[in-house]
Amino acid sequence: MTNPTSNLDVPGHIGRGHDLAKTATGIRGLDEITGGGLPKGRPTLVCGGPGSGKTLLAVTFLVNGATRFDEPGVLMTFEENTDELASDVASLGFDFPELIAAGKLAVDYVRVERSEIEETGEYDLEGLFVRLDYAIRTVGAKRVVLDTIESLFAGLKDDGVLRAELRRLFRWLKDQGVTAVITGERGEGLLTRQGLEEYVSDAVILLDHRVHDQVSTRRLRVVKYRGSHHGTNEYPFLINADGISVLPVSSMALQHKAPLERVSSGIALLDEMLSGQGYYSGSTILVSGAAGTGKTSLAAHFLDAACRRGERCLCFLFEESPPQLLRNMRSIGVDLEPWVDTGLLQFHADRPSRYGLETHLVTMHQVVSEFTPTVVVIDPVTNLMTVGTYADVQAMLTRLIDHLKTENITAMLTSLMPGLTDIERTETTISSLMDTWIVLGNDDVGGYHRRGLYVLKSRGMAHSNEAREFTLTNQGLHMLDAAGGPRGTSEDVGPGRREGRHGHAAL
Amino acid sequence: MAMQLSENVVTAPSAAQTYQLRLYIAGQTPKSVLALRNLQQICEQHLQGRYQIEMIDLLQNPQLARGDQILAVPTLVRRLPEPIKKIIGDLSNTDRVLVGLDLRVRS
Repeated sequence: MTNPTSNLDVPGHIGRGHDLAKTATGIRGLDEITGGGLPKGRPTLVCGGPGSGKTLLAVTFLVNGATRFDEPGVLMTFEENTDELASDVASLGFDFPELIAAGKLAVDYVRVERSEIEETGEYDLEGLFVRLDYAIRTVGAKRVVLDTIESLFAGLKDDGVLRAELRRLFRWLKDQGVTAVITGERGEGLLTRQGLEEYVSDAVILLDHRVHDQVSTRRLRVVKYRGSHHGTNEYPFLINADGISVLPVSSMALQHKAPLERVSSGIALLDEMLSGQGYYSGSTILVSGAAGTGKTSLAAHFLDAACRRGERCLCFLFEESPPQLLRNMRSIGVDLEPWVDTGLLQFHADRPSRYGLETHLVTMHQVVSEFTPTVVVIDPVTNLMTVGTYADVQAMLTRLIDHLKTENITAMLTSLMPGLTDIERTETTISSLMDTWIVLGNDDVGGYHRRGLYVLKSRGMAHSNEAREFTLTNQGLHMLDAAGGPRGTSEDVGPGRREGRHGHAAL
Repeated sequence: MAMQLSENVVTAPSAAQTYQLRLYIAGQTPKSVLALRNLQQICEQHLQGRYQIEMIDLLQNPQLARGDQILAVPTLVRRLPEPIKKIIGDLSNTDRVLVGLDLRVRS
């Protein structure tokens, strides 16, 4: 079988033939970061503090192996007894008793109690080897988890023997050709309390659980992966009812397709401002403005237009509830409810403070992958900024937008901007990720409240530079014609420079 | 449970307090040979006529390692009198073995 290779497929520095064989963990995101999984037939160290998710990651690796990859596994646990562990993981839908009965999983609980043991003279840990070997042969295991073998240090006095035996154990595991995950407790100044990283040198994954402003964040980092490329960033991950998922930047390089199709904004005159055809399909649009400038209205028009085309739309709300939004939009003549009824439009409302950033991110990923929309609206994305630090929010949005682009989903993000002067500061965070940026503004002149908008940027098209006034009527968002003359040739050259009848159109 | 009884089993009936001892080994290694020799000596000196030694080679009966939570070899398990006691190593430190078997108070 020959593999047609394009020029792009041949990396300059590492030939394909040298790539390590890998064992998929089946954990969403982790296999992407590691370029296919853990090093096959070798031990990987997974370390982290208490409650960081080490055991869950290890057990998921085993269960996925048994249920999805036809690779039976052995769990040797030093911490909990089998029943406790089984009930812990049952909440994730892992049925230990069934897997054990089916011969796909063997569990051996190793209990060491120092007070019950008297040490007299020389010994080795051959008993441990015998047990592991027996368990591996019983199910024909391809995967092995040792969780957490460091507990042995508390049970046995002779550190020297223990270290020598652990070294022998990890070598033995390699000889058996099993892909092993060894968990270790995070130590001070060391990756693990007992320096296990010294023995397990093929791959090391570090898990971290931080609480910042009372919001918990979990992160995963591949510290080391011998002989393989891997993402070195910290990736947020989440543990929920569906188990563990890691969020990589979906593509490590900028490889998004650049579709040429266009989609209507739902507002004819705005489409005209966007070189007559609206947004690019699969692009990301930022709509920013102060409170009450009509951001959500613009989004509602966009959703309505997409649903009319028969596209599936997903709308994340971080401020209003779906009924509130439906009512408010009905008042300006945009009735989205029929689209909700037909299932084309789905709302997903959450309070930003309810979860940490990474939970929002993972939840959004999950909802997107379940609903498979072609249009996503996030209203307003700025509310998420209250949840994390600047850098965190930027990282999260980068990942999210990256994911949406990869899936060729057209995304509209609204951004609540307190005032003009804050444009740069508030939005540099995300503006560079945006293909199109529409700015909305208010102006009060002579007792009238005027609304206006302009297109600050729109990549890949000759967009209008005009600032245009619009009104919100019960017939929808109504844009007024540019002042005098044919469009595009008015005296306006930018925002805030207009005078006259339609003046102060924005800002 | 299948048990492998070796020719080394010594039975002493009608003892006041019979010690049921089980010695786990993994093959005939120098350590296991030494452990058995040490054990027999200690038993003859301190438990004459009231002990049973059962030897289990884990290489032949690996499934038996779990039941008594065997990790290190050699491991001597005192099954009776209760409570169960475990002594690991080649049993060359007689004092520690006696303490472990409750035949001597820890000093």
